Amino acid sequence: MTHTTIGDIGHASIVISFIAAIIAAFSYWKASSAIHFLEETSAQKSWRIFARFFFYIHSIGIVGVVSSLFLIIKNHYYEYHYAWDHSSNSLPIYYMISSFWEGQEGSFLLWLFWHMILGLILIHQNKIWESPMMAVFCAVQAFLAYMILGSVLPVIDLKLGSSPFILLKDFMGALPVYKINPDYIPEDGTGLNPLLQNYWMVIHPPTLFLGFATTLIPFAYCIAGIWMGRYREWIRPALPWALFSAMVLGTGILMGGYWAYETLNFGGYWNWDPVENAVYVPWLVLVASIHTMITFKNSSTALRSTIILTISTFVLILYSTFLTRSGILGNASVHSFTDLGLSGQLLVYLLAFLFLSLALLVYKWKEIPSTEKEASIYSREFWIFVGATVLCLAGFQVLATTSIPVYNAILGLFGIKSNIAPPADQMEHYSKFQIWAGIAIAILSAIGQYFWWKKIDGKTLWDTLALPVLISMLSSMAIIYFTHLDHPIYILLATVSVFSVVANGFILYGILKSNYKLSGGAIAHIGVALMLIGILYSSGYSKVISQNNSGMTYSKEFSEEMNKENILLWRNDPEQMDDFTLLYKGQRLESPDFNGYINKDDILPLNEKSKVIAKKAINYKDKVYYKKGDTITIIPENTFYEVLYTKPNGDTFTLYPRAQVNPQMGLLASPDIKRFWGRDLYSFVSSIPIPDKEREWNPIEEHQLRIGDTVFLNDFVAVLRSVNRETNIPGILLGESDVAVKAHFRILGGNKNYDIYPLYIVLIKDQMVGQIPEIVEDLGVKITFLNINPTNGVFTFGVNTTQKDYIILKAIEKPAINILWLGTLLLIIGLIIAILRRYTEFIKMRVKGTEV
Amino acid sequence: MKKSHIFAIVIIAIAIGIIMSTAGDASTYVCFKDATQLASDGDDDKVHVVGKLKKNSEGEIIGMFYDPLIDANRFEFILIDNNNEAKTVIYNQPKPQDFEKSEQVVIVGRMKSDVFMADQIIMKCPSKYEDKELKQTANI
Repeated sequence: MTHTTIGDIGHASIVISFIAAIIAAFSYWKASSAIHFLEETSAQKSWRIFARFFFYIHSIGIVGVVSSLFLIIKNHYYEYHYAWDHSSNSLPIYYMISSFWEGQEGSFLLWLFWHMILGLILIHQNKIWESPMMAVFCAVQAFLAYMILGSVLPVIDLKLGSSPFILLKDFMGALPVYKINPDYIPEDGTGLNPLLQNYWMVIHPPTLFLGFATTLIPFAYCIAGIWMGRYREWIRPALPWALFSAMVLGTGILMGGYWAYETLNFGGYWNWDPVENAVYVPWLVLVASIHTMITFKNSSTALRSTIILTISTFVLILYSTFLTRSGILGNASVHSFTDLGLSGQLLVYLLAFLFLSLALLVYKWKEIPSTEKEASIYSREFWIFVGATVLCLAGFQVLATTSIPVYNAILGLFGIKSNIAPPADQMEHYSKFQIWAGIAIAILSAIGQYFWWKKIDGKTLWDTLALPVLISMLSSMAIIYFTHLDHPIYILLATVSVFSVVANGFILYGILKSNYKLSGGAIAHIGVALMLIGILYSSGYSKVISQNNSGMTYSKEFSEEMNKENILLWRNDPEQMDDFTLLYKGQRLESPDFNGYINKDDILPLNEKSKVIAKKAINYKDKVYYKKGDTITIIPENTFYEVLYTKPNGDTFTLYPRAQVNPQMGLLASPDIKRFWGRDLYSFVSSIPIPDKEREWNPIEEHQLRIGDTVFLNDFVAVLRSVNRETNIPGILLGESDVAVKAHFRILGGNKNYDIYPLYIVLIKDQMVGQIPEIVEDLGVKITFLNINPTNGVFTFGVNTTQKDYIILKAIEKPAINILWLGTLLLIIGLIIAILRRYTEFIKMRVKGTEV
Repeated sequence: MKKSHIFAIVIIAIAIGIIMSTAGDASTYVCFKDATQLASDGDDDKVHVVGKLKKNSEGEIIGMFYDPLIDANRFEFILIDNNNEAKTVIYNQPKPQDFEKSEQVVIVGRMKSDVFMADQIIMKCPSKYEDKELKQTANI
């Protein structure tokens, strides 16, 4: 039965929240008045109350949409395309939550949801700004709700938005199934992409979208401020939110980087992919705007820049949404979202806010106060302003390159065929600019902090800076010497980053003595400097250690292009790699009920994909978890490849890089990382033999053997040692008259001997004969017990051979990556301290009644 | 001249520098003919070529070779560009595992004699909607 009601409720809720947002925006607009900004008139008040009421209706609508969609996913209503496409029966509840935002419609919904929560907080936090600020807020909400509206305009047949409540039948109605059975409902969904099934998928998207959502708050205050003619006053309430936004968005970006590094196997934590760039640029501009806000609060300069930067941050968020969701990146990115037909709407959204803010800015530009006084080189304002400029230039560079597909599209509009492609080596292209931005930021964050906290002029400059400069020179010299830094730019980056750590360390020491609440800036800047050092070593000196020197040599012509970065490991055949001896030991599976890994050779598959039977007892740390014949639940999607690493001194450790065979996306590899104090060893499988079912076996060869006979299998000698009756066969219930016979072969392998036991079963009652072959993966041999001749004691065995089991492994060493993570942590802690400080300030002023 | 003007000029100069350098680093989408031409002119810049895999009448990919047992780091295939010109492509990395499924392939690299040496492959797989098929179940 199709559950149409819930979809109808959901869809109605979208429509309600869309219309309520428009009404609320309009009413808040009516409630806003520049003249009666502080003391609202009774008419304004009634408009405001009316608007607030509609914002509540809007909020209820959003809650309605979210709950309907969640119920559809949770109750497995696969008649809905969204549930079918993003979830499945076997998903645990926390992944059901993730499947909610796996799709584009759901992620818009998440964004709407965060805006709604933030709107509710702001309404109660700040009454004076409520009307103008919430007018902007509600307008944005209307635009977002319109993305998932999914209604068709009757006259011009224009589809507005893509609804998450579309029925599968309507989405793929052309399928033959529906001709036979129009009420067909699939029994299971196609599931959440298994690669995304880890805890990052639960926490990363909400964090990132909260970051996106919070950029609206400074923007809304800023627009409200210009509109109401309160050019200066909007900054106080906006600043703590801007800091909060930078903290959340920054955390979201870095979580993404860590996720990419640890699970998604992008090889590194940052790849300059357009999807990453699209959030990095607004973050840089946001951080720049925070710096100018702080200077403004201190000395009333840089107001115009603050306004421009705050507006740019929000517009850039819209631009990145457009880039990643409109499909315009096309050939440039491996993983941008698919186009849902929303590109037109997204463009309208972007251009509407871009032109409205520009128009407002141009109209009021003359009224925005600015200082004519030149900032002195010895002033803190000068240094902070330079720092903000560097951040913007860094963002501009990334934006200029990421937008290359957009240039082609724009030129195409004018009929000019353009074929510009992104740089062939993106890493090199971006790094060569961003490294200079990093150098400049390290220097400026050190000097800027000194100017901020100390009175410095031309005479005292050297006296104040002498000690930190001296200390950092000495320590960076030691670092350069001991870590063998060789590249001049790298040496420079290391030196200035150390300088920044030392200088900010001095400042921090001074602040902690007086008032620790002011320490946010110093801690965040130390964090940034440490991040720069971590990035310098882990990326600049990242080394592929799986260099392959075997393999064939090709004509000399190609030799310069050869980068043999992958190594072939035969199963149980040790191989040397860098300092390590590697031994690939075989395939392992994971069970949700078991802490260790289960050897694939110890189990037998069952019809149900997620169940297997133990062929023998399975232990973990000397405790028996499963007895022979027990059924074990496994996670069938993931296969782990056990690789034993032996160091020259005899120490060993084991890594389990993972591969996932996914019908939609092919093979997906996840690395396993060995963390040493000073470096990470990052290993992943870059290729594996084709998984079992498609595996090709050579034609069967029959051998007639008696006990004690030998036979050659794939160049190995095998001896038939015995044939015995067996009573306990895992997975098969033997009756009293049934017979099971087990043969024992010993195969003499190169390094070790293998014992295998193919089975021959006669089920008398069912009049059936069965064989259970056994495979030696190391040797690529399968033996099947084909027949028994009881009269002459001759047994017939079938032998198939195939490719031996192997993996292709790539291993990379990433030095000092822990310094990057430490820096990240400090940056976030610093921002949190700053948020608390600025928020307390805002509350104090509100208590005094001077919040404007 | 005021200091702020000097500052503005410096910023504009850097911005122009960035744009120029981006233009210089930007690669181009070309066909094999142009790529061969560029290479024979001694132009060492890497280019992007968009194309499809060569298939026979049964839709099987032909001319694709990867044997990790001989060399795990060499993958060879034939790409037909948008002008229907076919060239052998060599990629010195393991074969990307879902390669056969790709509808369209973008290769980045340069021509070397008659072979395209790719150091990057970007695959466009069919969108996941088309790829997912409804499995007929017993209840029909």
